[in-house]
Amino acid sequence: MTATGIGAPVRRKEDQRFITGRGHYTDDHARPGQVYAHFIRSPHAHAKLTKIDTAEASRMPGVIAVYTGEDFAVDKLGSLICGWMVNSRDGSPMNMAPNPALAAGKVNHVGDAYAVVIAETLAQAKDAAEKVVTDFEILPAVIDPVEAQKKGCHQIHECAPDNTIYRWHIGDPDANAGAMKKARHVTRLDFINNRLVPNALEPRAAVAEYDVGAEHFTLWTTSQNPHVARLVISAFIGVAPEHKLRVIAPDVGGGFGSKIFIYPEEVVCLWAAKKVARPVKWTADRSEAFVTDAHGRDHVTHAELGFDENNKIVGMRVKTIANLGAYMSTFSSAVPTYLYATLLSGQYDIPSIYCEVDSVYTNTVPVDAYRGAGRPEATFVVERLMEVSARELGVDPAELRRKNFVRSFPYQTVVASLYDAGDYDASLAKAMDIHDVKGFRQRKRESARRGKLRGLGYSTYIEACGVAPSAVVGSLGAGVGLWESAEVRVNPTGSVEVLTGSHAHGQGHETTFAQLVSERLGIPIDNVTVVHGDTDKVQFGMGTYGSRSGAVGMSAIVKALDKVEAKAKKIAAHLLEAAEGDIEFKDGMFSVAGTDKSIGFGDLALAAYVGHKFPTSEIEPGLKEGAFYDPTNFTFPAGCHICELEVDPDTGAVRIDRWTAVDDFGTVINPMIVEGQVHGGIAQGVGQALLEHAVYDKDGQLMSGSFMDYAMPRAENFPTFQVGMTETKCPSNPLGMKGCGEAGAIAAPAAVMNAITNAIGTEHIDMPATPAAVWRALKQSAPAQAA
Amino acid sequence: MASVTMTVNGKQTSADVDERTLLVQFLRENLRLTGTHVGCDTSQCGACVVHVDGVARKSCTTFAWQVDGAKITTIEGVANGSTLHPMQEAFREHHGLQCGFCTPGMIMAAIDMVNRKGNDLDDKTIRHELDGNLCRCTGYHNIVKAIAAGAKAMAK
Repeated sequence: MTATGIGAPVRRKEDQRFITGRGHYTDDHARPGQVYAHFIRSPHAHAKLTKIDTAEASRMPGVIAVYTGEDFAVDKLGSLICGWMVNSRDGSPMNMAPNPALAAGKVNHVGDAYAVVIAETLAQAKDAAEKVVTDFEILPAVIDPVEAQKKGCHQIHECAPDNTIYRWHIGDPDANAGAMKKARHVTRLDFINNRLVPNALEPRAAVAEYDVGAEHFTLWTTSQNPHVARLVISAFIGVAPEHKLRVIAPDVGGGFGSKIFIYPEEVVCLWAAKKVARPVKWTADRSEAFVTDAHGRDHVTHAELGFDENNKIVGMRVKTIANLGAYMSTFSSAVPTYLYATLLSGQYDIPSIYCEVDSVYTNTVPVDAYRGAGRPEATFVVERLMEVSARELGVDPAELRRKNFVRSFPYQTVVASLYDAGDYDASLAKAMDIHDVKGFRQRKRESARRGKLRGLGYSTYIEACGVAPSAVVGSLGAGVGLWESAEVRVNPTGSVEVLTGSHAHGQGHETTFAQLVSERLGIPIDNVTVVHGDTDKVQFGMGTYGSRSGAVGMSAIVKALDKVEAKAKKIAAHLLEAAEGDIEFKDGMFSVAGTDKSIGFGDLALAAYVGHKFPTSEIEPGLKEGAFYDPTNFTFPAGCHICELEVDPDTGAVRIDRWTAVDDFGTVINPMIVEGQVHGGIAQGVGQALLEHAVYDKDGQLMSGSFMDYAMPRAENFPTFQVGMTETKCPSNPLGMKGCGEAGAIAAPAAVMNAITNAIGTEHIDMPATPAAVWRALKQSAPAQAA
Repeated sequence: MASVTMTVNGKQTSADVDERTLLVQFLRENLRLTGTHVGCDTSQCGACVVHVDGVARKSCTTFAWQVDGAKITTIEGVANGSTLHPMQEAFREHHGLQCGFCTPGMIMAAIDMVNRKGNDLDDKTIRHELDGNLCRCTGYHNIVKAIAAGAKAMAK
């Protein structure tokens, strides 16, 4: 390992600009002559728009235009789309309702935009918005997905009877019923997986500009996947042709999934920029973000896990109702199906699984992928079932897991996933060791002396990263292939630019990707620049989500580097007057095997562009290669998280005392960055378990719609984390990488809830386990004691 | 309109601004000092923390006219030329940032924390003092480490 190569904790190249305040986020961009957009949003969860009077607003100082959904509809642009077709079990296609960028006729959730004011200043736009008079005919609202499916509930969209988008399933119901019948013991649980708000610290923003002469649009936007945004905006919505639209996602302040999707605001800004012939800027307020950024999770689930007399699992049955909100967001359909049910086997050998998923519309903000996306929900089901089963069966929870671990790879689950490599015993054992599980009883006694209830919970999770291969996801309804692209440009001076279709919004690609190039080409890491997030620079890319940038994005870079090396060897052979097969490349030197003849990478790069000393009729000048990498399988990171906490029985307050995470991410390029990803994931998972909840009242008002009301995790909520690694290489990609971005968020909720229920002795508590919820659960389980 | 004069990062500046102009808007839009960020609208996240006469202040809930005559330091003004402030250096060394959006406010709050609490900061103190600063990426683990190390380095 070199000081900056694979495996080194290299300090991040991108940090210099961030710690000095010189980053360039979308809102930092100011275009000459720019004007501001302010959206007018529905204050009602469900209402007909009977009249919108914009006359007075249009006369307000500084106002350039006021547009309504009716104005937008005139241009007959396409709807926002969900790009993953999921069919119901009867083969019928999902019921995707129209999702115009500006609502016309009817609004379907609080925050649904139906008009926009464009003015010289933001204050003027906001002042004018106050003068828009709208008559609403308020309609009944439905928030709960179970209620939404009931007979008698109003129908939100014409295309969706029972407000149901699809009734999907995986597995054979009859065979599963037979398997479950043979179980000696069945554990049954009902769960609510609480709705979350992603809350990346940088609010979404867009700056749109139209060049009248060139008939060309430019959009700066907070996107995790600018090429996909360009494709959807051009091919489906039709605001601008693809070759006349440049999308730039500059520094992006966190995404966690919420910035994958194509949102109304960037579409409207582009459309309006042409109409008013001025650059149009919009930046979300946090309050606006709460009612427009796609939310996460929101499942209602009943699950059963059956065991034989030897405590071996014989079958699992799951029924989930997923709330997708008022419209289908870009990838929403896939989250509770292909990213959820396919992980229900966990780390276990389960011979029969049947899972039904109904996705439904409600009058709430659309729900889509949020860190983990389906996999945290699956892990929560599996790991809560395992822990509760162990308690019901009277066996040690670690032992029950060991009894059922998958140990032979590759392992084909009954829910379509093909696990390629792993060692679940190793991560469990290492986590138990680091955590000092043996000392738990002693610590529990010590807590009891102080009147506190101590609990310990495991979560031995699995996730699937790098959604793949394209042919498979295509057959499952994905509208895009899920490969990645890369281009390696070697400059005449020997410095290198790597153009990647991945996008960094906190993950440190500028460093990690440069480490790979530095090691492969034997050049200093400072001579490598990673270019991403600009459709004019990078030809195409699928972006960053689902922990895919290492396993898929870096694999594409490896392929491009292979091609660079191959061409460089041809050139070296000519320069060194040797056979191509005799050229070796090591530590930045091309040499002829068995001789002292060699040429350094920098000299070769210059020679490649000068072209004097090799036949340019046989070998083209230049040294630049591109590659597309389509994975052959998902990757399957896995590990074990252990949460230990104390509950104060008087107040219900929970204090996490220690946290151990041991993860198997395959090859790790930069352990410092990887550990950082684990820390952040844990914090979001703990946030879900203890603090966070998007709470709606019955009328569809978001009650936790600001940082005053929505409990974001703070520094005081956490102990110092203990993070360890185990390693089994992923066999399907050249570097053996698996992905690390979501593991913490996937593992953590179950670990916390397993620990709390272990401490308080009752399973009847939902997330978030606020002090009030814990106190209530304690009272209900032991009313005599609590009184 | 309000007339404001202030010294920002050592440079005196004057402007006539709408009375509603917040300090953060004045910094970001009038002076184009975009290192100070806005992450919320309820004064909770702390991405907008700057120093007003040496004391941390949330610039998103301060009108520009309220700091008329004051000395303002923003994240762009804490380094000494090309030499980073020890707290900036510590955030890099300990991987105390990921997306970087909360970072300017974190660093400004951390320097203020050291000014008030001294150079020997324990984990508990740092976590408590960070109550007004939100980070969604790091789980705070490395921010706490960075601030402890930065505080020590500031004593040198």
